[in-house]
Amino acid sequence: MTHGYNFAYLDEQTKRMIRRALLKAVAIPGHQIPFGGREMPLPYGWGTGGIQLTAAVLGASDVLKVIDQGADDTTNAVSIRRFFARTAGVATTTVTTQATVIQTRHRIPETPLRDGQIMVYQVPLPEPLAKLEPSRAEAARMHALAEYGLMQVKLYEDVTRYGHVSISYDYPVLANHRYLMSPSPIPAFDNPKLHMSPALQLFGAGREKRLYALPPWTEVRSLDFDDHPFRATRAPQVCGLCGAADSYLDEVVIDDRGSRLFVCSDTDYCAGRQEAGHGG
Amino acid sequence: MAYVAVKGGERAIDNAHAWLAEARRGAAAVPELGVEQIAAQLGRAVERVMAEGSLYDRELAALAIKQAQGDLIEAAFLLRAYRTTLPRFAASLPVDTGSMRPLRRISAIFKDLPGGQVLGPTTDYTHRLLDFALLAEARPPAAPEAAASDAATPRVHDILGAEGLIEADAPGSAEPFDLTRAPLGFPAGRDARLQALARGDEGFLLALGYATQRGYGNTHPFVGEIRMGEVAVEIEPPELGFAIEIGDLALTECQMVTQFAGSKTEPPQFTRGYGLAFGQSERKAMAMALVDRSLRAEELGEDATAPSQNVEFVLSHCDNIEATGFVEHLKLPHYVDFQSELETVRRMRGERGA
Repeated sequence: MTHGYNFAYLDEQTKRMIRRALLKAVAIPGHQIPFGGREMPLPYGWGTGGIQLTAAVLGASDVLKVIDQGADDTTNAVSIRRFFARTAGVATTTVTTQATVIQTRHRIPETPLRDGQIMVYQVPLPEPLAKLEPSRAEAARMHALAEYGLMQVKLYEDVTRYGHVSISYDYPVLANHRYLMSPSPIPAFDNPKLHMSPALQLFGAGREKRLYALPPWTEVRSLDFDDHPFRATRAPQVCGLCGAADSYLDEVVIDDRGSRLFVCSDTDYCAGRQEAGHGG
Repeated sequence: MAYVAVKGGERAIDNAHAWLAEARRGAAAVPELGVEQIAAQLGRAVERVMAEGSLYDRELAALAIKQAQGDLIEAAFLLRAYRTTLPRFAASLPVDTGSMRPLRRISAIFKDLPGGQVLGPTTDYTHRLLDFALLAEARPPAAPEAAASDAATPRVHDILGAEGLIEADAPGSAEPFDLTRAPLGFPAGRDARLQALARGDEGFLLALGYATQRGYGNTHPFVGEIRMGEVAVEIEPPELGFAIEIGDLALTECQMVTQFAGSKTEPPQFTRGYGLAFGQSERKAMAMALVDRSLRAEELGEDATAPSQNVEFVLSHCDNIEATGFVEHLKLPHYVDFQSELETVRRMRGERGA
């Protein structure tokens, strides 16, 4: 553990401020709560919101997993995992089932989450209306009135123009039938995993100084139309390493003639399947 | 694949840091730059980093500049990340810039005034010719000195204010908003606005201020006064009941005299734009004063049509630590999201071809 800093870096007063905001967030699923976000020793955009939330909920006996793009070994996941190993001395793991706290950027693990686990999402833009209404003050008014017609019109225009909703990640959801919410930039493929999850799901946006939450077993509906129902899509291939046909795949360019290899984005899921004898 | 080098991420990061440290030091045959040298000889850089890093400490700012290889935004970020770990003991009393003994003091609206015009150590009238003598180490001749004047140097705005020609300073709130502890919300009070501008990016404020001059939210500004010098910082501990001095700050203050306003009930008077920055940071203080005044459009009943008049726009984007973080985060892996876009585009192209 690094000396000279408090457990998990943040001082206890700051953690308490964040936990209070988290309690409020859990009580109002999907509603963005402003919080006094601190400057962290990692840059804004690298997961400072998620890091502050993890720091606020982490205890000495927790087991932490950090993923970026579904993988435990991407550079930023390595860096954040090391940060907590240094400042909190907690045990870390790459195994989804062993983790009590999972901080993530852009993915939800393929292995179903269980009761008692906490997911912490890194969120760049917590405001789902931002692309339609850049003023946060105006967006807050629209949330208060549940005035989400603008988003429905955007989806409708997509359908008329492209035949589909064109949003493929950060696909807007309605939390607990009330608040329009950004699921963070996870692929739409992951959206169904948000719904009725047994895990507590926390979302932190450091630069925008907002946090929000989905308590366990919250209904989360991806916006759609009766005649254009939401569809979770993935590359049609199977994983080249473990043969999975149900996991989200990364596409890797393997030579200068454009050949591609499709592999699981969730490295823990893929490794587990390979150990169990599955091959590509 | 080195970017995600499977299982190699940790080693790659360590190696990158070692390389960075070596590159920072540069050629071993050249003497290493001392922090004292930076603090003493790169004063403008140090002051900019202190302002945007929101921490008045010349030595730490110089260290940050050294560590950041002269990247001033990175240096300000290092200082911010450090300052946020410091406990907050007290809020100071407002500093009294009127009692400053200025090293520099100029007014563009009065030819002469009590306390006089003092150019001070300015580059204003240097001819921008590269001074090749500085290529070699050279000791400049000593600057001429005169006995210090004890004459009072009242603020130009107080002189104007005595005649009621300029609006009075708005009374401050007892406990000002603290941007370092509370999230910015809208509408934002002037205390929050001035704090955000004071730590805002000099380049961003400069461009916005410039735009107001060119017609995007013009405020008809005159430099009432610019003054630079040291002021005492005082706190009033509750257990003492009186103020004690805890140190000095070097500041540049700019008061703009701008577009007059009046109504049926109020006689016309000039309005104010205010800029304040650590050290000798005149460009920053002036740009801040222009933008501060521009942001008061709504309060003063002016049409708010230009970006510089939009409080949410200016305050949400003036912080260069936030801005650089979000712009630069685009270099982090996004291949999951890009993959989802690829699949969507392929599907749409497939349907169109079918």
